[in-house]
Amino acid sequence: MKLSHKELEIQSGQFGEVRKLALEHQMQVGKFFDAQSFVEISQVHIMADTEALGLAGIEYLENLAQYPDPQKQVWVPTITDPRGSDFKSFKKIKQNKRFVDLEKRAIDAFKQLNVMMTDTCINYQVFMPPVKGEHLAFGDTGSSIYANSVLGARTNFEGGPSALAASLTGRTPMYGLHIEQNRIPNKFFNFNVRPTNFSDWGALGGIIGKQMNSYWDIPIIYGIDYKPTSDELKHFGAAMASFGSTPMFHIAGVTPEDHLAQNKNPKMNNISLSDLNNFYKSYLPKDDNLDVVVFAAPQLSLNEMRILSELLDGKKIHPKVSLLVCTPSAVKVLCDKNGISKKIENSGGIILEGVCFYNMHAREIGEANGWKRLMSNSAKIINILGGYGYETILNSMEKCVISACQGKIVK
Amino acid sequence: MKENVYFGHIGIGEPVKGEALVADDNFSARYDLDRINGNFSRKSHKLFNQSYVNKILVLNVAKGGVATAWMFRSMKISKICPKALLLNFANPIIAQGAAHANLPLIDRFESDITKIIKSGDIIKLFPKEGKVEILNEKSTN
Repeated sequence: MKLSHKELEIQSGQFGEVRKLALEHQMQVGKFFDAQSFVEISQVHIMADTEALGLAGIEYLENLAQYPDPQKQVWVPTITDPRGSDFKSFKKIKQNKRFVDLEKRAIDAFKQLNVMMTDTCINYQVFMPPVKGEHLAFGDTGSSIYANSVLGARTNFEGGPSALAASLTGRTPMYGLHIEQNRIPNKFFNFNVRPTNFSDWGALGGIIGKQMNSYWDIPIIYGIDYKPTSDELKHFGAAMASFGSTPMFHIAGVTPEDHLAQNKNPKMNNISLSDLNNFYKSYLPKDDNLDVVVFAAPQLSLNEMRILSELLDGKKIHPKVSLLVCTPSAVKVLCDKNGISKKIENSGGIILEGVCFYNMHAREIGEANGWKRLMSNSAKIINILGGYGYETILNSMEKCVISACQGKIVK
Repeated sequence: MKENVYFGHIGIGEPVKGEALVADDNFSARYDLDRINGNFSRKSHKLFNQSYVNKILVLNVAKGGVATAWMFRSMKISKICPKALLLNFANPIIAQGAAHANLPLIDRFESDITKIIKSGDIIKLFPKEGKVEILNEKSTN
């Protein structure tokens, strides 16, 4: 890789051991993907929940935190993805305190690196939304695909160690989605179905994600005859990235780089209503037992919280079912201010802030509560938790609320 | 080309020898693994219930989730870890995790690596050369 003067200085150790090691890590990754150089970045979003970190990751952060401030503090604004514990509510979901203690250690270490604890995967809806052409190091597949696709910013999936390295060096290897050539769509889809809610968008994202052969496949979608909302595209992208490791999509007439589609006569894959219905059916169990309803992954925006609160207003969650909602702390403040939290909590729903259910040690929480059957309107969480011992069911927010109140799966 | 030697892109990590565990399926540490007990925990995965500990995993492509980047190091320290990873296509997360954990990784082979190597084969990886050598083919009889 060709290094700039600044990068050579970092490599020489002029800015300390921590930044030197960070650059070396980035060069290893850059060489793997044939990067020729680095590109400077303007912000970092880092995923480092304690389940992913493990004790080894926490000790790694604590080791960094021991260095002097000039050597260890981040060089670009750096914010965090959801945490693994909600200190206010962990007892309500029987989360083991040893995970909470780990979480405190991780947060202490991050603060010493001058990382801002925003604890959200919808940072693009809440803090510092990127602009077209801005180079980033985003560390959540959902935030990355949204930034690339909807905002036209440029990032690869930056896992925790690499996002942290980027925050310490202020740059990232120039490969993948930082290069326009790799943003050109090569898979073509036509929607013969109109999504009507968030779970439809998530399901369609999942259907496309499953058909992507690798990180290097970029789909473009035709046939969307209206302007989707930020929340709809959030569910679409998060599911696509989850099912397919897909970093970017285009929607003709909607997203800012749809002009990159150069193939005038592509092989079109049609997505029909039966494809959508089959996706839902693939998650339907034989009976209607239900243990827990989860709204998360991505965390809910203020508007999703409002919609949910109106659906729950005046209703009661059935005693044999739990209903969990995950939202950023910044959104929770506004929900409290606007009476949204009260409506959800009065129904028996539990609001978890600054976390996302699947990265809270969901396997252990499920075992502690006896939860097996989980229903959600998030295609992403339905996909992830299949590997955590849950039987998952996808349906609309409305059907999830009705099911939670009736204490059984309502199709 | 020497028989039973295959080349991918230049990889990450040091040379390693071990037994292959192969499937024409995809991979994510968070989505697919029970990292406490060391087996594949996603029911729909072709390696469901099989132990990945000390095996060289040979799979198709990396799938969603950024958590794998941290998890490899944690898995390696706890010794509940595969020995190495061969994929047809890695994604940045897998590469970043391999670099962070110093876990050998090679991808982008000339042909589908999941069809070349069989579970039980003893193989040796030379990541800096992008080379894989099948030392002891498992008997198909």
